[in-house]
Amino acid sequence: MTRTDLSRRGLLSAAAGLGLTVGFMGHAARAEGGSHRKKMITVIARGAMDGLSASPPVGDPDYAGLRGRIAIPADQALKLDATFALHPALAGVHGLALKGQARIAPAVAGPDRARSHFEAQDVLESGAAVVYGTASGFLNRALEAMPARKTEALSVGATAPLILRGKVQTGSWSPGAAAGGSPRLPAILGDLYADDPLLGPALARGLETEAMAAMAMQDSPGQAPAVMAGGGAQGLVRQGQALARSIGATVAGFMRQDNGPQIVAISVDGWDTHANQGAAEGQLANRLLYLDALLMGLHDGLAADWKDTVVVVATEFGRTARINGTGGTDHGTGSTAFLLGGGLKPGGIIGDWPTLKASALFEGRDTRPTLDLRGLFKGVLADHMGLDRRALDATVFPDSAGVAPVSGLV
Amino acid sequence: MPMPSRDVSAAIAVTRFGLGARPGELAGVGGDPRDWLLAQIRPTGADQPQVGGETSAVRIQAFRAYQTERRDMRRADGETASDRDPVQIAARMLREGTAVDFLARARLAATTPAGFRERWALFWANHFTVSAVKLITATVAGPFEQEAIRPHVFGRFEDLLIASTAHPAMLLYLDQAQSVGPGSQAAAVLARRRRAGAAAGGGLNENLAREILELHTVGVDGGYSQADVTEFARALTGWSVGGLREAEDRQGRFVFRAAAHEPGPRTVMGRSYRQDEAAQAAAILRDLAAHPATARHLARKIARHFVADEPPPGLVSRLEAAWTASDGNLSAVARALVEAPEAWEPRPAKFKTPYEFLISSWRAIGGQPGAIEHLAPPLNALGQRPFSAPSPKGWDETAATWAAPDAVIKRMAWAEGFSAAVAGELDPDTVAREALGGRLSEPVRIAVARAESREEALSILLMSPEFQRR
Repeated sequence: MTRTDLSRRGLLSAAAGLGLTVGFMGHAARAEGGSHRKKMITVIARGAMDGLSASPPVGDPDYAGLRGRIAIPADQALKLDATFALHPALAGVHGLALKGQARIAPAVAGPDRARSHFEAQDVLESGAAVVYGTASGFLNRALEAMPARKTEALSVGATAPLILRGKVQTGSWSPGAAAGGSPRLPAILGDLYADDPLLGPALARGLETEAMAAMAMQDSPGQAPAVMAGGGAQGLVRQGQALARSIGATVAGFMRQDNGPQIVAISVDGWDTHANQGAAEGQLANRLLYLDALLMGLHDGLAADWKDTVVVVATEFGRTARINGTGGTDHGTGSTAFLLGGGLKPGGIIGDWPTLKASALFEGRDTRPTLDLRGLFKGVLADHMGLDRRALDATVFPDSAGVAPVSGLV
Repeated sequence: MPMPSRDVSAAIAVTRFGLGARPGELAGVGGDPRDWLLAQIRPTGADQPQVGGETSAVRIQAFRAYQTERRDMRRADGETASDRDPVQIAARMLREGTAVDFLARARLAATTPAGFRERWALFWANHFTVSAVKLITATVAGPFEQEAIRPHVFGRFEDLLIASTAHPAMLLYLDQAQSVGPGSQAAAVLARRRRAGAAAGGGLNENLAREILELHTVGVDGGYSQADVTEFARALTGWSVGGLREAEDRQGRFVFRAAAHEPGPRTVMGRSYRQDEAAQAAAILRDLAAHPATARHLARKIARHFVADEPPPGLVSRLEAAWTASDGNLSAVARALVEAPEAWEPRPAKFKTPYEFLISSWRAIGGQPGAIEHLAPPLNALGQRPFSAPSPKGWDETAATWAAPDAVIKRMAWAEGFSAAVAGELDPDTVAREALGGRLSEPVRIAVARAESREEALSILLMSPEFQRR
């Protein structure tokens, strides 16, 4: 077994263990030089990330009372401004924020209000105004609307996420053993699949991607970290962080290739903290440690290309403002989105903070959203990726003319 | 729509309704494949996998004892090296119990002569998902299916719903076990303890109530509001699981904690329910089972699982009518499915999930998996980790999810490895004929016949468009 095989296997188990799936789509605009191509990474935190813990408003007078024993203590939180801080697990993101390369939007939500994971994830990924409004993902339609039409698309992960599905033919790849036996088999199957609209294109694109991925892995060797022995639960957390960081660095390696992907989507699971979510330490803190490691892996791996990259971290909805009866939080509405990148314009929080006053809470229980998540994505797609407003309003996010792009972010 | 020819309809019966044909199985289907399917429906429920028989109560007790021991050890020594830690060894044993459960279930699927009965059970197990993503539910996902699902899959939906909701595995998976009514006696005691500085829990958790409405019964467009979710969650308070400090016959089993139950009447979806302890939530469950939106939601879901990702509306209407006419008698619904002409469309529209692909491959060669190592690695690679659906919604059922380019490459790699291991003395032409019967296409028959080796021939068969679908 070669070293490449070893590191790919390592990544496979790493991704599975962390609940991580990575999808990416490339837009190979061959006329443009490699280093000047703009890049956008979307990280979906599936399960409803608790914004009030990820970016706690420790200066909001109602925060500590609502949150009880899951409130992030002000003296442990990483301060952003008079009101907001970051969770202590997000040390890497905080370092970027101090340099003006990370900002928070603390009260965002998509247009759906049903508090259903599945409905809200569908709305987030499809970009539709209503649930099941369209069967394709908004990033796929964004690629369709981009000026250069020569498009390469790729998703990484065992299953295809909705955000990447659509008319643009997307490839997909996940780390792990590739086909190795009979060299004739792919050609024979190719013939049998000639008239098969599902399997034909999938096999062809899968074979192309295998070849490309093998090259990408050779360009970034040794990404799989050595397995650390012992250390109990804390050891497992450290191991998870190292693996998340290496996945970020590997994805960055793909993106830095001359014809590598410009648009990437990554899913991180495990945010549905109904019980025992913890405060500065605990279940949610561990997920945030992994998220921070993944983001720092991307940052470090992109190196000189970080200045041309924007990362959006978003979740389907937030969680209740009040701690629930089981040391956790239930399904809510507004949550936090993170924006990171080397080319961000400086500024404070994105959107208004509605406060946590009883009268300000949405339906008396949740952070009131003051910003439509689609507006944030539209702003990035317009100012950073160069999409025009008409396409954004009509096809990328259907029926969204009333949702203005957040301008001046990059 | 007339029935397809006998050869094609026999192949549809065994591969679409069932889990794939074993050698000789198609020949035994008989004159009318519908009769062969109807004979698999039986009121006593689905078959049980052959396992050691550890109940969920035993598994939960063992797991809680392990948690207590772990806490004590941490207090004593701080962190310990994982390889020699007796507590980690205990955790591994619990995981191995799960592996035994999963292997037994796969061996049943690979060998059963009643593939339709088993597919029907798997459908309901996925509908009432308890995922092994939490440590405690990892140990009981198998027993849950044996205790709460399999006995009820041909009975009344209402009984299946109540059995799954009241099962300790579900109560733990969706955080119901610890939910406390804010106005209950227990909440008052906990509030006093909190004032005294203790880190006491004690309050409402609406997770299970929401998923029952959204996923298990009326569906997301079933007409309920946030207030209905909260009211239902209040009614469910007290439905819990006996702990280690309780009497032996309560440990790890369903218990009703009257002290944690929110007092008073409740209103859910326009109906009011008087204060009646555990019976209050049971009455709500019975009304949800009988709700017309539940019949519609489940009719569509069954049609989607068995026939097409976008099922024919005529089929959905038939299933809904059978559901309504029989008050949710699942035998009657299964019969309506078998008798619906839309279910016999010759073109296969369903792309097999990874589990279905693996199981049907073993059936095609007349074999069965011998160890969890034959199952877990390929299922992980293909995105369907054993007993670990990504959410309470269960595994997705659509081709768009499972037929990603990478997945096709991974299936090809698995088919090659599997074929290399099992091709041995098999005659691939016979395997192809017996596995697909009237569904075997001429191009695939020729490609199998012309292959350079048995291994290649079997790989071609397993990866053929018709074997990948059902």
